[in-house]
Amino acid sequence: MFYREVGQFKTSYAADQAIFPIRQDRIGLALILAVAFIGIPLVGGEFMIASVMIPFLVLALAAIGLNILIGYTGLISLGTGAFMGVGAYACYKLSTLFPQVNIIVWIIASGLVSCAVGVLFGLPSLRIKGFYLAIATLAAQFFLQWCFVRVGWLYNNNPSGAIEVPLHTLFGIPITGATAKPLTRYYVVLTIVVVMTWFASNLVHGRIGRNWMAVRDMDIAAQLMGIRLLPAKLLAFAVSSFYAGVAGALMVFLWLGAAEPEAFNINESFVLLFMVIIGGLGSLIGAFFGAALIHILPIIVRTAPDALGLSIGSATAEHLTYIITGGLILFFLIVEPHGLARLWQIAKQKLRVWPFPY
Amino acid sequence: MHLLYQIFIDPFMQMGQAPDLLVQTLWEGLVGGVLYALIALGFVLIFKASGVFNFAQGIMMVFAALTLVGLYEKGVPAPLALLLAIGVMYLLALGVERVVLRPLVNQPDIMLFMATFGLTYILIGAGQLVFGGDPKEMPVAALGLPKGAIDLKILGGLVSLQKIDIAAAIIASIMVAGLAVFFQKTRIGRALRAVADDHQAALSVGISLNQIWVIVWFTAGIVALATGIMWGARSDVSFALQVISLKALPVLILGGFTSVPGAIVGGLIIGIGEKLGEFYWGPLVGGGIESWLAYAIALAFLLFKPEGLFGEKIIERI
Amino acid sequence: MRKLKKAALALIATTALAASALPAAAEDIFVPLFTYRTGPFAGSGTYIANGMHDYLEMLNQRDGGIGGVKIAIEECETGYNTTKGLECYEAVKPKHPVLVNPWSTGITLPIIPKAAVDKIPVLSMAYGLSASSEGDTFPWIFNPPDTYWDGMSMIIKYIAAQEGGLAKLKGKKIGYLYLDAGYGKEPLPFLADLSKELGFETKLYPVAAAEMQNQSAQWLNVRRDRPDYMIMYGWGAMQPTAVKEAVKTNYPMEKFISIWWPSEEDAKGAGKEAAGFKTLNWHAATPDFPVIKDIEKHVVGAGKSQTPKDQLGTVLYNRGVYNSMLIAEGIRTAQKLTGKKVVTGEDVRRGMESLNIDAARLKELGMDGFAGPIKLSCADHNGHRPTFVQRFDGAKYVKVSDWIEPMHDKVGPLLKADAKAYAEKNAGWPKRTEACDSK
Repeated sequence: MFYREVGQFKTSYAADQAIFPIRQDRIGLALILAVAFIGIPLVGGEFMIASVMIPFLVLALAAIGLNILIGYTGLISLGTGAFMGVGAYACYKLSTLFPQVNIIVWIIASGLVSCAVGVLFGLPSLRIKGFYLAIATLAAQFFLQWCFVRVGWLYNNNPSGAIEVPLHTLFGIPITGATAKPLTRYYVVLTIVVVMTWFASNLVHGRIGRNWMAVRDMDIAAQLMGIRLLPAKLLAFAVSSFYAGVAGALMVFLWLGAAEPEAFNINESFVLLFMVIIGGLGSLIGAFFGAALIHILPIIVRTAPDALGLSIGSATAEHLTYIITGGLILFFLIVEPHGLARLWQIAKQKLRVWPFPY
Repeated sequence: MHLLYQIFIDPFMQMGQAPDLLVQTLWEGLVGGVLYALIALGFVLIFKASGVFNFAQGIMMVFAALTLVGLYEKGVPAPLALLLAIGVMYLLALGVERVVLRPLVNQPDIMLFMATFGLTYILIGAGQLVFGGDPKEMPVAALGLPKGAIDLKILGGLVSLQKIDIAAAIIASIMVAGLAVFFQKTRIGRALRAVADDHQAALSVGISLNQIWVIVWFTAGIVALATGIMWGARSDVSFALQVISLKALPVLILGGFTSVPGAIVGGLIIGIGEKLGEFYWGPLVGGGIESWLAYAIALAFLLFKPEGLFGEKIIERI
Repeated sequence: MRKLKKAALALIATTALAASALPAAAEDIFVPLFTYRTGPFAGSGTYIANGMHDYLEMLNQRDGGIGGVKIAIEECETGYNTTKGLECYEAVKPKHPVLVNPWSTGITLPIIPKAAVDKIPVLSMAYGLSASSEGDTFPWIFNPPDTYWDGMSMIIKYIAAQEGGLAKLKGKKIGYLYLDAGYGKEPLPFLADLSKELGFETKLYPVAAAEMQNQSAQWLNVRRDRPDYMIMYGWGAMQPTAVKEAVKTNYPMEKFISIWWPSEEDAKGAGKEAAGFKTLNWHAATPDFPVIKDIEKHVVGAGKSQTPKDQLGTVLYNRGVYNSMLIAEGIRTAQKLTGKKVVTGEDVRRGMESLNIDAARLKELGMDGFAGPIKLSCADHNGHRPTFVQRFDGAKYVKVSDWIEPMHDKVGPLLKADAKAYAEKNAGWPKRTEACDSK
């Protein structure tokens, strides 16, 4: 009833192959974008923008990258945190070597650096698969993290061992550094994330995406059908690392403002994996759902007791956050193993047939 | 040239010059390897019987040891605390089977993997909530474990063997032997192997999967407890130990996910390899390479044997 | 599905409630405490958190706050995690805190540039960025009473004193065991300079954060190199493990000296054999002070805190107390300077710069002999106070040395250069415009 494609005729192949062939989808997307670009800045306070929305978008971008690898190509990676680190350190290095170039250029370029590193560590994927591959990617995680600590060149031999973000401007407005307003940073992050999501969406719906999915479903069969495994798998690693790298650069430059190697530790990789799986494998919107759930849920759990007038210690609240987060992960896995994105599809179906049950 | 010398000649010269240190390094690696092997053993048991890649094995180790130490600190005598900790691990196994495995049966591997992540979070939270997050000391003496060291004056130097490490090695061997007997000789052990071979076939001959899962998780829990005690005695029982348990993962790829001997041999190779590497080659690059060396060793093996040292040959059909 | 709906509704309801949570009442002075009672470093963090909380709570109970104004204390759990710490910072910011203490170098670094913009002073007591002691570059950051470079210089001086003078260090071998992170690596260039100048050899033993409890390789190296002295910059579970391994390796404990972070628990695990282990400190490690007695009476005894009684007077608990004492004195000085009762972050920044706690003031505070006097100024946000060496006797720490002055002539220029480099690297670093009260 509300979500019906009846009566929407396509008169060209291009229209039929559009990413959003249905009018309601386009309206929905426009609405979401309107909320993101206008609504949230209007109603959200500084905490909302700086500690909820910016991290959410950055994590969602990284989750999209990981989803390309796991959800679309079926290669499990536990090294996303380190690839984000590569992006962050590359961006730091590039922007300190050539400070006159606009920082946005470097953020994108750092994605390419991460891309190259990703391809390198993706090579074993040809020989091994499944959990074996997952553990092999842990090698990337630990080795790269060690490099962030040990190779002084990467952080310009700062005595603090951390990378710090100086002031950078875009059209004369500060977008990084302490003087950048959260709202400005939010708009920059949002724009990059929207553009890159659009790009990813095109990618996975096109020939490349189909190749990836064929490899995911059965790589030997895909090979027999003429898909070359090496380029397909490495391309997935490359694109995935590119997204992770950009997300890492955004994380340090527009969210944290300074970072130690510990910021890219193994937990970061695990958390991203959560997001992808809870959100839904092989779904871009799932990456957003997953990031929202995993990032925002603990914040709510932490603030809930205060808001309800209960006084429990901050430590107890933290313990409970762990238990509740763990419980919810189990809950969602049991109730909806295909992730939150599946719920989204169910909701769409309900809207389509409403008011009838089927 | 100098670099080549430092890589290929100097370390071996050092080994020759100070054989006592070489023996000591090997011994430390061996003990570390035994502990890695024990953690890996827990993984393998569960993976074989229920196909779950149990990420929570590390936190189970911490949780079990923490229960033991926490109870002891609250005034429970050590042997009773040990029994109670075993009891808690049994309850945990029951709970996991009931709440996690049963509803998720037949889901893809990665879902079950994720579920054990959820379990990890719950155990971290619960452990800290009940016992607090501060590191606790393992009551070595109260548990009847030896303390002190045996100093051997051999090879023109001194090799010092910690009694607790010797005990760890012995206990680990006994446990492995016990498990082997349990698997080979008992009814339940045979049922376990049947389940590992083929779930459905096992079901059809009347083996209760649920019961087997509880037993397997309980066994893994006991292995975790033993590992936790040993590692807790070496340093302290704290949540930071969970990170060390990740070291069992390269052991797994080396030994194969389904092979008990693989876990043990793999553990020893990784343990000794990383100690030798850190000690003789680490200083060349500034040290601290232990964190990734294990993975590098495992990866090198993998390139030649993708299914691990003792893993089952993967035959793929379309 | 229905279950899911219910859960979603409950979530929405709590979000709405959370959003409406009220900020602290305007007539209080809001002091957030960033603490970590969870995570891998909880072993150290819990003591500090208790000490910090109890002192401020004691002021509330005994004196009704500071200058008659109640202190609104709020703990925010960081778990020693940078992103969570930043979240805490953003969460407390709208409530107008007069000062934050991040208690983690990783959290301090991103906050440093924000402090000047948000007008919130940062107290990173003997951690964080060493160069932030330069008030001219970092008007909003305070890191009394010492930087890690001061600490290293004092350890070297102590070792020299054992050997009979700095000249005797020539040809000696000194091992440096450190947490392989910014904190542990910070003293490296300084140590290299010193070793070149004084002619001793340094051996480095980095310990990765993930390998904190697995140090046998490092200690095997110690056994091979046989350094004459060992210096440790560790934290959390790394410290008890290091002490245990030192005992195992038969390293002479008397020659094992750490920076100021180990607690009693860290050494106790190794038992009697750990006796002789030494650490730096600048305050007492016993409960025999009127201030601790007051805490016991008004706070712990009254059940207003989660501190177990036997924790009072331990090293890290007292450090928390000292930290809170600095906060309270900063606020008091700010009240004196401005004449206002309810002070703001800007006022407390001025107060911290004019901080002058002399012996008489310490006595008033019930801390006579608890710690040395300290005076900060606009240019010097650190004080570079002398510390002493305390020796672990198997159960507690006992002071065994006189006060040791840091090598001001060596550390000072390094800090200045480093602060300058920081400002240069961070293009657009603001010039100091804040007025100065203490000339």
